Amino acid sequence: MTNRKMRILIGKPGLDGHNRGAKIIAKELCGQGYEVIYTGLRNSPEQIVSAAIQEAVDLIGLSILSGAHLRICRKIMDLLDQNGATDIPVIVGGIIPDDDVTKLKEMGISEVFGPGTSLSTIVEAIGNTLAAENAGRAPLKR
Amino acid sequence: MGGEVKRAKESWESTVLAGWLEENPESRSSFETKSGMSLDRLYTPAADEPDYLSRLNFPGQFPFTRGVTPNGYRSKPWVMGQYSGYGSAEEANERFRYLIEQGQTGFSIALDLPTQIGLDSDDPAACGEVGRVGVAIDSLEDVESLLRGIPWHKVRQIRTTANAISPIVAALFIASAQKNGIDPNSISVLIQNDVLKEYIGRGTFIFPPQPSVKLAVDVIEYCAAHLPNWTPMAICGYHIRDSGSTAVQEVAFTFANAIAYIEEALSRGVSIDAFAPKLYAFLGSDIDLLEEVAKFRAARRIWAHLLKERFGAKDPQSSRLNIFGYTLGSALTAQQPVNNLMRVTIAALAAVLGGVQTLATSSYDEAVCLPTQESVTLSLRTQQIIAAESGILGTVDPLGGSYAIESLTDEIEAQVLQVLKRIDQQGGAVNCIESGIIQNEVSEAAYALQKRIETGDRKLIGVNVYATTEKSRIPIFSINDDMEERQISRLRALKSRRNDRALNSCLLSIQRAARNNENLIPSMIEAVKEYATIGEICGVLRDVYGSHIDSTEF
Repeated sequence: MTNRKMRILIGKPGLDGHNRGAKIIAKELCGQGYEVIYTGLRNSPEQIVSAAIQEAVDLIGLSILSGAHLRICRKIMDLLDQNGATDIPVIVGGIIPDDDVTKLKEMGISEVFGPGTSLSTIVEAIGNTLAAENAGRAPLKR
Repeated sequence: MGGEVKRAKESWESTVLAGWLEENPESRSSFETKSGMSLDRLYTPAADEPDYLSRLNFPGQFPFTRGVTPNGYRSKPWVMGQYSGYGSAEEANERFRYLIEQGQTGFSIALDLPTQIGLDSDDPAACGEVGRVGVAIDSLEDVESLLRGIPWHKVRQIRTTANAISPIVAALFIASAQKNGIDPNSISVLIQNDVLKEYIGRGTFIFPPQPSVKLAVDVIEYCAAHLPNWTPMAICGYHIRDSGSTAVQEVAFTFANAIAYIEEALSRGVSIDAFAPKLYAFLGSDIDLLEEVAKFRAARRIWAHLLKERFGAKDPQSSRLNIFGYTLGSALTAQQPVNNLMRVTIAALAAVLGGVQTLATSSYDEAVCLPTQESVTLSLRTQQIIAAESGILGTVDPLGGSYAIESLTDEIEAQVLQVLKRIDQQGGAVNCIESGIIQNEVSEAAYALQKRIETGDRKLIGVNVYATTEKSRIPIFSINDDMEERQISRLRALKSRRNDRALNSCLLSIQRAARNNENLIPSMIEAVKEYATIGEICGVLRDVYGSHIDSTEF
């Protein structure tokens, strides 16, 4: 793991086409030394999970603005579970009401970021999540 | 005042202005400031200025820098348009009937995402998205429910955000009117129909860019021949800007897309003056007031020259750019959301000072949820306060002649023309979208702006300055979840009672017309009358044209 760059998948599940945030995060993570795979618009949960496993990513970041986050995240977490890939942490960014943040965390989503979160906050949280995962223990917030 | 400008102004007053005022009397006999000082209709340079007549001229005259009408908002204020619509066709119908009873004569129909990208409500990929950001329309049956009980003679205008599916939506309205014994040309339908911007922002594309332009121009061609009262296209910058572009990119990419459609229409033998007068521009209004005012003025001037000189428009209406301004959603913050009321006010003011014809204002809670009734009302009040109380309606193009504004207007114009020239050299908008050049430039701009916010170079109140840890408490609007199931069972019932033989023959006709590169609207009208769904028609077209796969570059 130490010999290669950490690999992050940025996905936009659902039909919403607003990809400004996803692309900004992808660019920033790239600049921070990660290898970033952006999967474009309209990914199904199946596509995201299979890409994540095939590409052996270290973390999945999802951008969801359509309001369908609970359904989509439930599906992705189930698929990761079915594929024995629950060790890949998942973070979510989007317009997520507070009550739903709690629900997402209960599902096992590591971090949830709302609109206006600074890039440095996100980068730091990703670093911490990956470090915790690498240290062979569950990340603090899971 | 110098001789030349003075003489030209007298001539403008006696011809252009006098003729206009006969048809459009002003709302007051005189306009004054709050303290009683008289406001002139139009202020012009005291002495001759070089290029005044060629670069600015009087409002309502080429190149329309100072506005498209001779007296600005003195006859009537801009149209206050609001965007709405969600849920099922029946729920939207209730809302429309209420609005018509209240005296509203036009309404906008927002479509949900599955509809916009050609998926029926029962498509597995539509799961969870039916009726979420707009109305679900699967077939003519939904259009009939949407318009049930609405007195057609009272409906002046229907606006819809159809883009990739625009010819099908045109066919649905035509079929619906015909089935009601109404001439479709007697209502004015506005179809957004600017699919190229979907590849740059927002993302509701279906087919690759080239056939998408063909479909968009089918609507233009059909309307030019049969539905002169319809508006077959709104060229859109708003979505490009909301994806993070600069003001210059917004105008340049919008016009580059327009050039692609116009060239396709002209290549089919449609005359420029048969459709250009109906086109209008849908542009964002951001919070940087001076830049925005200059942008609207520059956009009018560029368009005027483009239409007259490049496309040989003879009808002055063709070179007159009507603008629908919408305060930019991405300028709003989720932190301290009530602050957004002030942001919207400034952006709305920019649009009014820039001389837009229609204005829609965002709701302060948009960065957090779908707007509530209360927040929508507040955003309308913002416009009403500017119109009734601010006094800026009293004189046309009030910032015209300001050194800062004129200099910025010139600068934006020069930069937009430079971008347009480069896009021409690179093979036009379709090529530049296919190769991802335009998308990448917008992403770069969005990233650069975000970095400026990160470093604090660009301040955002409540976000990188004066931030508080206090949680916002604003009411959250939620949608009824069983709507999706009801829509799906209605669609299944419809599918089981159609005449399958007639339906299949109609779908085959569309396929044939598409393969022969004919205008698809006539065959689509027949198909939707047999209740072919949008998903089925798009399925036929996907077989012919293929699907566009989004780029994974960032």
